[in-house]
Amino acid sequence: MFEFCADPSSLDGVRWFSCYLTNGVHMLFYQSFLTVFTLLAIAAPLSLAFGFAAATASRARFLPARILGKGYTSMVRGVPDIVFFLFFVLVLDQGIEFIRHSITCPDWDQPIRQGANFLVCDAARTPQGNAPQWVHEGYNFGLAIFTYAIVFGAFCGNVLYGAMGAVPKPQIETAAAYGMSQRQVFWRVVVPQMWVYALPGLSNIWMILIKATPLLFLLGIEDIVYWAREIGGSRNSRFAYPHPDWRFWYFLGLLVFYLGFTRVSEIVLARVTRRLTRGQATAGGEAMRKAAT
Amino acid sequence: MIKLILTTTALTMAAGVAFADSHSVVRLGTEGAYPPYNFINDDGEVDGFERDLGDELCARAELTCVWVTNDWDSIIPNLTSGNYDTIIAGMSITDERDEVIDFTQAYIPPSPSLFMGMDDGITLEGAMIAAQTNTIQAGYVATLDGVTLIEFATPDETVAAVRNGEADAVMADNDFLLQIAAEDDDLMIVLDPVSLGDGVAMGLREGDELIAAFDAAITSMKEDGTLNALLVEWFGDEAVTW
Repeated sequence: MFEFCADPSSLDGVRWFSCYLTNGVHMLFYQSFLTVFTLLAIAAPLSLAFGFAAATASRARFLPARILGKGYTSMVRGVPDIVFFLFFVLVLDQGIEFIRHSITCPDWDQPIRQGANFLVCDAARTPQGNAPQWVHEGYNFGLAIFTYAIVFGAFCGNVLYGAMGAVPKPQIETAAAYGMSQRQVFWRVVVPQMWVYALPGLSNIWMILIKATPLLFLLGIEDIVYWAREIGGSRNSRFAYPHPDWRFWYFLGLLVFYLGFTRVSEIVLARVTRRLTRGQATAGGEAMRKAAT
Repeated sequence: MIKLILTTTALTMAAGVAFADSHSVVRLGTEGAYPPYNFINDDGEVDGFERDLGDELCARAELTCVWVTNDWDSIIPNLTSGNYDTIIAGMSITDERDEVIDFTQAYIPPSPSLFMGMDDGITLEGAMIAAQTNTIQAGYVATLDGVTLIEFATPDETVAAVRNGEADAVMADNDFLLQIAAEDDDLMIVLDPVSLGDGVAMGLREGDELIAAFDAAITSMKEDGTLNALLVEWFGDEAVTW
């Protein structure tokens, strides 16, 4: 990066570190923080959408919808995250390949499952073996995001279901007395008011989601944990910047990063809670009203 | 949700048509954590003996190759399921592996495996030996009576286990250990070398037509001496050559 970095072996002290911390692998390490933020940026709204759908389905009068909604939330909530992550990514991958296999290679006569192997015809391989590397990485990342959304969607679904039930009954009855239809009551009274009840639960899930991002490493995605372990490991003179085992410092860095990130989240969430509490018929809303007068 | 699945399916199928020509790009799978065989260098690229070898083989076989890295633990399953086309990761030929995948001819001759520890006087009896999971060395240590095997996912962790005293010695390929022992005053080669495996070769899916292409390229490199030159360049003057 800097001009004096051309010959790392001649450097020492600050200069060595400034070159070391800006070399190629460190750039990849810094980029992997973006991977984590991207995951959060996509998985969080998607989980909320899944959760909203699940909560709505759980409240439906139509029995199959209710079974589907409740089945989804209780099943995912009951299985350990890591098991579900490893399992679901595999299922999704093999499911996609199986569907494409059935469409593209109807004449295939060999079994797809051969021992530990899952073998489909070449045309059904997803992504294609000779696709560029970014397609492979993007596909794996997409599967991971989808799995996060499924898992955290179930938690969100449970929270939102409870929040919808916590909206005071008299308000719903009043709305109905004004002649609103079921749909109008739901969208105009229940949904706008439920957030304040949902927020404590949702902020908890957000924190858990942040702390679950290192699971990406388990799914073979080169995230911050992967690079911290990779770069922190001892490096002999084969490398331009040899150093002993520094994993301690890299993991300490990750620890600080996660602590800082969750702290910032807490501050933002506290503000959002204040905003949503205003004028609500809850203990918090009441306290705010009294303080104002 | 169903809509989402359908859209992704449609997208991937459209992508499939565009890249239908198989083997237009050969994906070389390696571990990237086993210097000097293969490692990720400071620029974030695959480097090492096998990087030079693989690039040369692809040039001779007139193939377009790309490098991908994969954990050692799942390197064979991901080959058979088609995530990449070859394994070129310091993998020794063994009968167990040969049942699942096919090997080219060896590009590194059979060479001894070594133990490295901090104490010259240790005996194998009652020792704790670190080795990487699914390696021939781990398989060998597991068969020894009175020796405890401690397995790790990456080569670096096996060495770290010796440094912090968790294991009495680490067992691995000689070229990996010799360079580490040479640079670290605390670590030294201990016990006697053991001959394991039938040499290091590329692994491919069974019956893959690429095997013949790579075999021919390896033969030509052996004949004109470039392979020996590469072995000496990366493994030093004492390297076992053809």
